[in-house]
Amino acid sequence: MSSSVSITLTQCSRTFSGGHTALQPLDLHVNAGETLVLLGPSGCGKTTTLRIISGLESPDRGGRVQFGEQDVTALPIEKRDVGMVFQNYALFPNMSVADNIAYGLKIQRLPRSETEQRLAEVMRMVDLEGFGERRIDALSGGQKQRVALARAIAVRPKVLLFDEPLAALDAKLRDRLRLEIGQLLRELGTTAVYVTHDQDEAMALGDRIAVMQAGRIAQLGTPQEIYHQPANAFVADFIGAVNRLEVIGKGANGQLTVQGGELTAPHLQEAQSVYCRPEDIEVVALPNAQVKGRILQSIFLGQSQQLMVDTGGATPLQVKASSRQHWPIGTAIGLALPPQALFHPESSHSELAAASAKEQANG
Amino acid sequence: MTAISKQPLGAAYSATQAISQTPKRKNLIAVFALAPALAVFFAFWLLPFSRLILMGAEADRSSGISAYLTILTHRQYLISLVTTVTISITVSLAAVGIAGIAGFFLARHRFIGKSTLVAILTFPLAFPGVVVGFLVIMLGGRQGALAQLSLWLFDERWMFAYSLAGLFIGYLYFSIPRVITTVMAACENLDRSLEEAARSLGANSWQVTKDVIVPGIAPALLSTGAICFATSMGAFGTAFTLGTRLSILPLNIYGEFTNYANFAMAAALSVVLGLITWVALSLARKLAGGNVGAPV
Repeated sequence: MSSSVSITLTQCSRTFSGGHTALQPLDLHVNAGETLVLLGPSGCGKTTTLRIISGLESPDRGGRVQFGEQDVTALPIEKRDVGMVFQNYALFPNMSVADNIAYGLKIQRLPRSETEQRLAEVMRMVDLEGFGERRIDALSGGQKQRVALARAIAVRPKVLLFDEPLAALDAKLRDRLRLEIGQLLRELGTTAVYVTHDQDEAMALGDRIAVMQAGRIAQLGTPQEIYHQPANAFVADFIGAVNRLEVIGKGANGQLTVQGGELTAPHLQEAQSVYCRPEDIEVVALPNAQVKGRILQSIFLGQSQQLMVDTGGATPLQVKASSRQHWPIGTAIGLALPPQALFHPESSHSELAAASAKEQANG
Repeated sequence: MTAISKQPLGAAYSATQAISQTPKRKNLIAVFALAPALAVFFAFWLLPFSRLILMGAEADRSSGISAYLTILTHRQYLISLVTTVTISITVSLAAVGIAGIAGFFLARHRFIGKSTLVAILTFPLAFPGVVVGFLVIMLGGRQGALAQLSLWLFDERWMFAYSLAGLFIGYLYFSIPRVITTVMAACENLDRSLEEAARSLGANSWQVTKDVIVPGIAPALLSTGAICFATSMGAFGTAFTLGTRLSILPLNIYGEFTNYANFAMAAALSVVLGLITWVALSLARKLAGGNVGAPV
């Protein structure tokens, strides 16, 4: 629809008055037409990065922001031609739905006929036909965010920016709107940056994801890379649940001894510990088991159940199992961990940091 | 609404009865609990006020017709009524205009000495009307600062203290702090993301002010303006200090009451004054949709 533009951040850092550094010097390139998700716990610098791209914040001296070839570092937000969607909708309460959506067009002094036409077009896109005369406070949360979305795309911005747009909605609505936003972004082909702390949202919407931690990018990659080849323990832990098994000995033929049994992992001979996702662990008959343990707890989740298995290690093993079978506490269980499911991220961050960051994100 | 009014009378009656019978006991307790408050309300408010309303309907001493009618038919009272309302409206508009901008600036900017400045600006709230009148005289009276200056510069005394201009300055003086504090609070409650959204859509600062900030603090401006109006309508101390020759309602009430013992007229003027103020406050409350309290 609109010719899309790339975004380049060069050495953008941000230190707030009082000396708190929200963002370490950061280089980031968002390809034209791409949707990049900034994912991380609160305080990781993702919102600051978004605000620097938008022009609401300036990077510290030396930082540079470019839209395509154009250097926009010195331009305020109103001259950057961006569309923005906020967590709290930020709709103008004194205007009707139509006036909200047409606000940017009014500022641009578009001819009346074109304004009407674009208004009708975007209202159709976000499924709000017939809502034009409604008052804002007569809308549900989902409808409000659609209005905000329509308002942002009506001006046909170079760049679309989302600041946790679904965080205030309930789960079901969040899923639906997430699908719709994804569809809309593909349809428009506009370059988009999307901030969230929700990994499902990140996976579903991002062409690429930048996982951020303590003002830095911990990993930048496709959702598949982030999930299956996490660059460090923090990323592995932040994206989805993960088990960490301490290696306590090495056997012949690439066997690694862990609490409760032995694993086959020829590719992880140097590792002190191995990682495995709960859904990759298989429940098998006891004689065929690689690792054995006892059920500590089972949590029924409907489509699956989460088993906590005590294998004698410091932390119980999380296993995602079929929800059909009943596992009383204390039952012995046999597990198999396929070699291709075992990985070890380059551990550049201490476990403690990862754990505390995760706690922050949950809190 | 229409559905209820279309029902036969009997239906409505039985419906209300059914509702009132179940919590009968509770109502009884509520009546007992409210009794002291109701007694005070009757004794010190309703009784004197009804008396005041009735008294205003009695014959005026000079005209011989009902005092209410006299206000409407006699030039002297009409002028006083119009003057009081006009000066109150002017003061409210000026205070909202001046202090609205100042309050917004103070809420949005941080600088050294800000809290001291706010404290100084809100200091006039501590003064009674008499002192405010005294201050106006020191500024614009015969020996006032302005008179001294003009005497030195142009060899003539400039004075405004004993006129409506002096009254305007005095009222403005005690209206500004109220507006500043209200506007500051309202600005701090403004949702900043609204301004950011408007800017992202290309709005410059003037457009943001016009489309987001002013509508956002409009209820506060309206309510604080109404309170300024109510305060100015009834202010007595300042006007009394500046001169009893000024023709405004509170001084008229005082004059009719103490100098001429014209109780009917004093009562009628009081009722009219109260009515205008009450209408202004309730109108603002309705428009603002928030809490507009009585003048403090």
